[in-house]
Amino acid sequence: MFETLILILDATLRVSTPLILAALAGLFSERSGIVDIGLEGKMLAGAFAAAAAAAVFGSAWIGLLFAIAASVSLALIHGFACITHRGDHIVSGVAINTIVAGLTVTLGLDWFDQGGQTPSLTGDARFTPITFPFADQLADVPVIGLIYSELLSGHNILVYLAFAMVPLTYWIVFKTRFGLRLRAVGENPHAVDTAGISVALVRYRAVIICGILCGLAGAYLSTAHNAGFLKDMSAGKGYMALAALIFGKWRPVPVLCACLLFGFLDALAVRLQGVSLPGIGEVPVQAIEVLPYVLTVLLLAGFIGKAVGPKAIGKPYVKERA
Amino acid sequence: MTQQTHPYSIELEGISKRFGAVQANKNIDLQVPTGTIHGIIGENGAGKSTLMSIIYGFYEADSGSISIDGQQVAIRNSQDAINVGIGMVHQHFMLVENFSVLENVILGAEGGAVLKQGMDAAREELKRLEQEYSLDIDVDAIVEDLPVGLQQRVEILKALYRGAKILILDEPTGVLTPQEADHLFRILKSLKEQGVTVILITHKLREILASTDNVSVMRQGEMVAHRETSKTDKEELAELMVGKKVRLKVNKDEAKPEQTVLSAKDLSFFDGQGVERLKKVSLELKAGEILGIAGVSGNGQSELLNVLSGITPMASGEIQFAGQTITASEPKNAAQMRDLKMAHVPEDRHKMGLVTGFEAYEAAVLGYHDSEAYNGSVLMKRSAMLEECNERMAAWDVRPPNPHLKTANFSGGNQQKIVIAREVEQNPNVLLIGQPTRGVDIGAIENIHEQIVKLRDAGKAILLVSVELDEIMALSDRIIVMFDGAVVGEVSANEADERTLGLMMANAWNEGQGAQA
Amino acid sequence: MSQAKVPAWVSVGLIPLLNILLAFLVSGLVFLAIGEDPIEAAGYLVYGAFGYDEGIGYTLYYATNLIFTGLAVSVAFKAGLFNIGGEGQAYIGGLGVGLLCLWFDSSLPLLVIAPLAIIGGALFGAAWAYIPAYLQARRGSHIVITTIMFNFIASSLMVYLMVNWLKAEGVMSPISRTFEESAWLPYMHDIFAPFGFDIGDSPLNLAFVLALLCCVFYWALVWHTRWGYQLRTVGTNPTAAQYAGIDNAKVTIWVMLISGGLAGLVGVNEIMGVNHNLLLNFTAGYGFAGIAVALMGRNHPIGIVLAAMLFGALYQGGAELSFEIPTITPEIVVVIQGLVILFSGALENMFKGKIEGLFLRKAAA
Repeated sequence: MFETLILILDATLRVSTPLILAALAGLFSERSGIVDIGLEGKMLAGAFAAAAAAAVFGSAWIGLLFAIAASVSLALIHGFACITHRGDHIVSGVAINTIVAGLTVTLGLDWFDQGGQTPSLTGDARFTPITFPFADQLADVPVIGLIYSELLSGHNILVYLAFAMVPLTYWIVFKTRFGLRLRAVGENPHAVDTAGISVALVRYRAVIICGILCGLAGAYLSTAHNAGFLKDMSAGKGYMALAALIFGKWRPVPVLCACLLFGFLDALAVRLQGVSLPGIGEVPVQAIEVLPYVLTVLLLAGFIGKAVGPKAIGKPYVKERA
Repeated sequence: MTQQTHPYSIELEGISKRFGAVQANKNIDLQVPTGTIHGIIGENGAGKSTLMSIIYGFYEADSGSISIDGQQVAIRNSQDAINVGIGMVHQHFMLVENFSVLENVILGAEGGAVLKQGMDAAREELKRLEQEYSLDIDVDAIVEDLPVGLQQRVEILKALYRGAKILILDEPTGVLTPQEADHLFRILKSLKEQGVTVILITHKLREILASTDNVSVMRQGEMVAHRETSKTDKEELAELMVGKKVRLKVNKDEAKPEQTVLSAKDLSFFDGQGVERLKKVSLELKAGEILGIAGVSGNGQSELLNVLSGITPMASGEIQFAGQTITASEPKNAAQMRDLKMAHVPEDRHKMGLVTGFEAYEAAVLGYHDSEAYNGSVLMKRSAMLEECNERMAAWDVRPPNPHLKTANFSGGNQQKIVIAREVEQNPNVLLIGQPTRGVDIGAIENIHEQIVKLRDAGKAILLVSVELDEIMALSDRIIVMFDGAVVGEVSANEADERTLGLMMANAWNEGQGAQA
Repeated sequence: MSQAKVPAWVSVGLIPLLNILLAFLVSGLVFLAIGEDPIEAAGYLVYGAFGYDEGIGYTLYYATNLIFTGLAVSVAFKAGLFNIGGEGQAYIGGLGVGLLCLWFDSSLPLLVIAPLAIIGGALFGAAWAYIPAYLQARRGSHIVITTIMFNFIASSLMVYLMVNWLKAEGVMSPISRTFEESAWLPYMHDIFAPFGFDIGDSPLNLAFVLALLCCVFYWALVWHTRWGYQLRTVGTNPTAAQYAGIDNAKVTIWVMLISGGLAGLVGVNEIMGVNHNLLLNFTAGYGFAGIAVALMGRNHPIGIVLAAMLFGALYQGGAELSFEIPTITPEIVVVIQGLVILFSGALENMFKGKIEGLFLRKAAA
C-alpha cells in the first residue's frame, strides 16, 4: 500500500512538472495583465523544437535552447498583438494554439518524414534521471529509503528545476522591483505609466518570461518525459495549467499545490484504470480525469472560495485623455 | 544644499495642442513663481487638464516650450517630468489599490532591483516627509482600505518621495469632504513653506481665493488672464472664466404646479465599494414644474437619476409613482419604469443614452424596442421605425436628417436631440433629464431649453440635473441642492441667486450665514 | 468623431482584405519554408476543392460544419461573449443526435426522426452552453475559461459514455452500432440523382440546407427582431442596455443557448448525415475553426458562408494537396486557419490606424 502510494506520488511529480512550468509561465503573463490561453501552443512548439533540435544535434541542452527560442518567439507574437496592437488576448491565444498545432506536424513531416513525429531520442539527446548520492544504498531502509530513493531521487533536471522555480517565482514577484512593477501593471497600468515606467516594456518582459517557462515545459514533454515529439503531445496540458493558475489564484505556492493536485489526479487515474475498488467497484477513469476542470469551474463559480484575478487583465492599455 | 533659485520654477511659452478637430490648447504662456501656490481656473473643457498632461509628459505639445528653473526642458514622458522635479496628483488617483502605501510610493523609484533595501530606505524617508509636512499615514496600510482623503495623501507622498519641487493637483477637492479639503490646503501651505511650488487646478473659485498666491484663467483652450489673488475677487474671476457669454435667458411663464406625480422618501444607495452615494434623499415632483437639482458633479445626482429611473436598485427608501410603491424589496427595473410613463434623458449620452454603433433609427427606439409600435409578432417593423425617425428628425431639426447614419457620426447636439426626441415623444408623465446641454452647441441649447419648457407647460413633471448653474437657474421653478449624496437645501427659483446656490453646493450655506451674522 | 470620415469600403472592405491577404502571404512563406511552390500548391488546393463534382461536394460538406460553428461563435460575439466552447457543444450536440437516432431509428420514419434529431442536437448543444452561461450571468465566472473547461469535460464524458454504454457489441473501438437507414439524412447526390443530375458521390447531405437556413435565422434574429436588438445592445454598450431596461444576464443566457444550439447542429451533419453512428472525436476542431470563420466572416451570415466555404475548400483542397504532394500534411490547412485568426482577429488593428490616418489626411487636404 505504502509502496503504491509512493509510486503514485512519484508519478505525480513527473506529471506535474510541465503543469508547474506552464502555470508559472501563465502567472507571469497574467499578473502583467496579459491573458494567455496560448500556453498550450507555446508548450507544443517548445516540445517540437526541443525534439527536433535534440535529434539533429544530439544534445538535449541544445534542444532546450531551441524550445525556449520557439516559445519566446510565439510569446512575442502574442505580445505584439496584445500589447502593441491592443488585439484581443483570447483571439491571439487561439491563433497561436492553432498555428502551432498545424505547423509542428507540417514541419515535422517535411524535416523527418515520419508522419509528423520526430525521430526517437536516445542518450544525450534526452534529459536522463539524476540519482541522488546513496540513493541505491538507502533504498532498503524502511519508509525513508523509499521516499528518498524512489520519490525524491531519480528525476531529471527539469523536474527539479520546475520545483525550484516556485520559490524563485515567489521571490521575483513579491520581493523584487520587477515583481512590484509586474503586479502593478496588471492591477492599474495607469499608475505604472504615471510613475514613469513603460507599461509596454514591463508587459513584454512578462510575456518573454512566460515564453521561456513554456519552452522548458515543452522541452520536458519531448526530451525528458518522452523520447521525441508526437503530434498534439501537449494534449491539453496548457489548458490544465491555466486551470491550475486560476485554481491557485495567481499565487506561486497555491498554484504549485493546484498543479500537484491535478497531477495527482492524473497519476491516480492511470493507476485506477480497470481496478475494482472494494465497496465502490470500478471507478470510471474519466471521472477522475475530469476533476481538475470541474473543480476549476466550481471555483470560478464561487462555490469553493473565490478566484479574483488581476484587475486590469485582458484590457488593452490606452492612454486616455485626462 | 542650496541652489540658486530662479524666479520662475516653471515657464510655458506658446504651448499648443490639437486633438483632431479640437484645439485643446492655444498658444499658452504661463509663469509660475517659485515657492508659490498658483491657481489655474476654467470651466469644464477649458483645456486645463490637457495643459497639465502636457507638463507631466502624458501628451506632447504640438508646439511651444517648457522651462524648469529657467532651463528649457524636453518632457516626452512621465519619467522626464519626474526627473525635472514635477509631481502630479491626478483627479482619478493613480494608485494600485491592493498595494500597501509603501509599495505605491516606491513604484517606479524602488532604489534597486531587490525591494528590501529600497523599502527600508523608503520607510525612513517617508517618516521624515510625514513629519516635515504633517502627512500622517500608516505606510503599511493597503490603499483600498483607506478613505479618499488619505489616498490623496499617498499621491502627494509619491510625488514628494520622488523629489518633486513642483506639485500639480488636478481638481483635488472633487472627492474630498470639507474637512479633508481643509486639511489638504493646510498641507499645501506647509509644502509652500518648504519651497515647493504648487499648481492647483480647479473650477472652484472659493478654493482659489482662499489658498493661492496667483491665479491664471483659462477659457476655451486659451490662457485669458493672470492675476495676483489678493488683487482680484470672485466676480472678476467668474467673469474672466465665463467670458462674455450671453446670460442664459429662457422665456417662460410662471409655473402652475399641480398634483404630486412622483415622490421619493429616504432613498439610499451604496456603490460597489460600499460607499453611501445617496443618503436618505427625499423629494416631491409635481406636474407642470421643473425641479432643478444643483450640485457639483459627483455629489449623488447621477445615482439619484439611476435609482429613480430603475437602472440601479435602491438600498432602502421608497418611491411613489403612478399609483405604485417601489421599494428595495419590490423594485422596478428601467423597462418597468418606462411602462409607467417615466422617460429619462441620461447624463451621458455616449455611455448610456445611445449605442453609437447603431444607426439613428435604431438608437431612436432604445428602451422602447419592445413596444408594439415597432414590433410585429416576430420581426421588428423596420419601415415604421424609419418613418417615425424621419418625422422626428424633421420635427427636431436633426442634421443630417439621415436615419441610416451611425449615431456616432452625428454632432453632440444632434445626438442629444435624437435622445431627447426619443424620450419626449413618448409623451411621458415624468421626464428625468440629466445634463441636457452638455457638449451641445449654442444654437441647439436654446432649442432644447424651449422644448423642456414646452413639456412643462403641457403639464409634465420634469426633474432636471445639471452641473451648469446657469442652466438650473434659467430653467427651474424650484431648486434642490445636493452635496455628498444628501439634499442640503431647497429654494424657489425666485429666491435663488448664484451666491446662495454656490454656497449651498459647497455645503457652506449655514456656516456662511453664521459667520456673517 | 473624426473616424467617421473613413469611407465604409475602407473599414469593412480594404482593411479586412489586407489582413486576409497577409495571412495568405505568410501561409505562402510556410510553403516556401518546406520547399514547396506555394503557387503550385494553391493550384492543387483550388482544383481539389472546386475542380470536380466530388471535390465541390466535400468542400460544401466541410463548410456545413463551419457554418454552424461560425454562426455559433458569431452570435455570441455579437452579444460581447466569447464562446470558445463550440467544440464541446458540438460534441454533446452530436451525442443528442446520436441518442435520438439510436432510440428511434427502427420505430420512426426519417420525416419524424430528422426534426427530432435536429431539435435534440440543438437542445443538447444548448444545454452544454447553458451552464457556463448561467455561471457567467449569475455568478460572474469568466465564460472563456468555463467554456474551455467544458470542452474537456465534454470530451471525458463522451469517452465514458462511448466506452461504457454506447459501444456496439462485438467491436473493439468505441463506436456505436450503425443506425438503420431511416435515421440517415439523405445525401445530396441521392436527392439530385432522380432528377438526372449526377453531382458525384460526397458526404454532402441535407444538413447543408439546414446550415443555410440557420444563416437566414441568424440574420433575421440579429437584425430584425427585438431579441437581436437586445443582444446587439448588450454586446456594444452594456450600460446603455441597462438604461434601456434590458436584462444583461438574461440576454447572456439565451444568446449562449442559441450559440450552443447552433454548434450542436454539427452533430446533425456528422452523425446523422455522414457517419451514421456515434463515435469519438467527430468534431475534429470545427468548434475552434468556427472562431476563424466568424472573424473572417465579419460576423455577418453572408461573410460566414463565404468564410466557411473558403475554409471548407482548404480542408478539402488540403486533403487533395497531401495526396498529390505526400510531403505536405493536411495539417497545413490548420496553419492557414491559425494565421487567419491571427491577422484578421488579434492583429486586426495593425493596419487600421495607419490606413484610416491616411484617408483622414487625404480627406482633410
